[in-house]
Amino acid sequence: MSALLELEDVEARYGPIHVLHKISLAVEEGAIVAVLGPNGAGKTTTLRAISGTVRRSGRIVFAGKALGRTGPAGTARRGIAHVPEGRGTFAELTVWENLRLGAYTRRGSIQADVNRVMTYFPALAERRRQQAGTLSGGEQQMLALARAFIQRPKLMLLDEPSLGLAPLLVAEIFRIVRELNEKEGLTVLLVEQNAHIALQAAQTGYVLETGKIVLSGTSDELRANDAIRASYLGY
Amino acid sequence: MERLKTVGVERFVILAILLAGAIFLLVGCLTSTQFATFTVQGVATGMAYGALALALVLIYQATHVINFAQGELAMFTTFVAWQLIQWGLPYWGAFFVTLAIAFLLGMGLQVAVIRPVQHRSVIATVIVTVGLFILIDGVVDWVWGGEFKSLPQPFGNGSWNVGGVEIQHLYVGMTGVVLASLAFVWALFRFTKLGLAMRAAALRPAAASLAGVRVDAMLAIGWGLAALLGAVAGLMAEPTTGIFLLPTFMQQVLVYAFAAAALGGLESPIGAIVGGVAIGVLQALMIGYTPQISSQLQLPFAFALILAILVVKPNGLFGRRQVARV
Repeated sequence: MSALLELEDVEARYGPIHVLHKISLAVEEGAIVAVLGPNGAGKTTTLRAISGTVRRSGRIVFAGKALGRTGPAGTARRGIAHVPEGRGTFAELTVWENLRLGAYTRRGSIQADVNRVMTYFPALAERRRQQAGTLSGGEQQMLALARAFIQRPKLMLLDEPSLGLAPLLVAEIFRIVRELNEKEGLTVLLVEQNAHIALQAAQTGYVLETGKIVLSGTSDELRANDAIRASYLGY
Repeated sequence: MERLKTVGVERFVILAILLAGAIFLLVGCLTSTQFATFTVQGVATGMAYGALALALVLIYQATHVINFAQGELAMFTTFVAWQLIQWGLPYWGAFFVTLAIAFLLGMGLQVAVIRPVQHRSVIATVIVTVGLFILIDGVVDWVWGGEFKSLPQPFGNGSWNVGGVEIQHLYVGMTGVVLASLAFVWALFRFTKLGLAMRAAALRPAAASLAGVRVDAMLAIGWGLAALLGAVAGLMAEPTTGIFLLPTFMQQVLVYAFAAAALGGLESPIGAIVGGVAIGVLQALMIGYTPQISSQLQLPFAFALILAILVVKPNGLFGRRQVARV
């Protein structure tokens, strides 16, 4: 199995501040891969470097081809759906319009896609005419996932889906992510502070500290690692 | 809860003001044919103000920039229409060709001069639009300056007589044209995928681009649409206001359009049209009843109105109150 996404010595900076130092990682097709690490380690920036929302150097290969500087819109059209931190839904638009935007790059009716997506997010089905801003935090996160999934991405970049949600909702969101992965073959690169739940969902993981990858391995290996236990899992 | 209540009361007050204005006009029109004549004329000129105000609102919504060159762009495209008619095109042929040219010109200007500065600051962009104002003025003066010109009457010189009130075909025709372009823009934003993408790009550019929307292209199309609406305003303002086709003829209209946009709320397309009509009617009544004073004081009146609105209700009648989390 070849890697769907490969990062080789990727660097990124905000002005003079170096945020990523030669990051290299790989995401296998059909896998869920977690990136763990403390606040400010560069997790979000890693995703932004992939989707082209920050300037980057180094090499990124996606689906066998180098990902040029196409910018976020171009990257989305190549089949990478980025669900940013804070969800990136449009509060002023309706649920339906948000979903419509997800399929922006495709022609024709999206009814079939919406119906299929709604089977994974039944809570959204009855709210399609509602403004997205009136949804609860959990529903908004689901809408963000649904909008990204309707893009029919080969790879989904998920940034802190647990942020600000109650534990039950977090479990629900991750259940859906796993379901999409298993039933639809969706590949996911996941950034999380909640290492416990992230490692449950992912098969492999990377640990990022101050812009460098300090550790990588399968979820089981990472769970068994003493340093990880002490810093991230708390037991 | 407290805030919701005050918003509700405000809505009510605004509705009451609009209703009172409408009743005032209705009673006035029914009791005096002269009043009615002024009102009809005011509505027609107000439509031109409204169309230009709508162009301002479109660009403001997308980029939070006031395009000071909007009026001059409209003036330029009106000259283009004049030139096309001189070259032998029939009026309505020239009308639609001009709209197409305006759309392309708006897009081209956004790409060529706005895009390079738009990421710097709002002020930089505004200054570029002021520069455009001067540039267009100069170009038009150079190419078409000299003798006075005027456009042919698009709807003829006829008029209807409704209960003693003379209603020119022109007034009805141009009101129809402006409302049709408003409906076109509204339907585009409301019902099409392109319109949805444009709204998304205006609301949250970063998130829109993650969905594959090319935000820069959306902004260019927005400028194109605004220039198109401006062209409608210019083409309709010239015959209605009876001003000669001079390089300065849209400058007054622009001031009234500013006032209309301020009155309606810079965020509200409907507000732009309602504001334009309100100002057109107010102006027509003022000039109609106090011709000696008002014809001299028209512009000061418009400026005073803008100032008063900004002091009393900065968001305009239809604008949303800006709520920021501190």
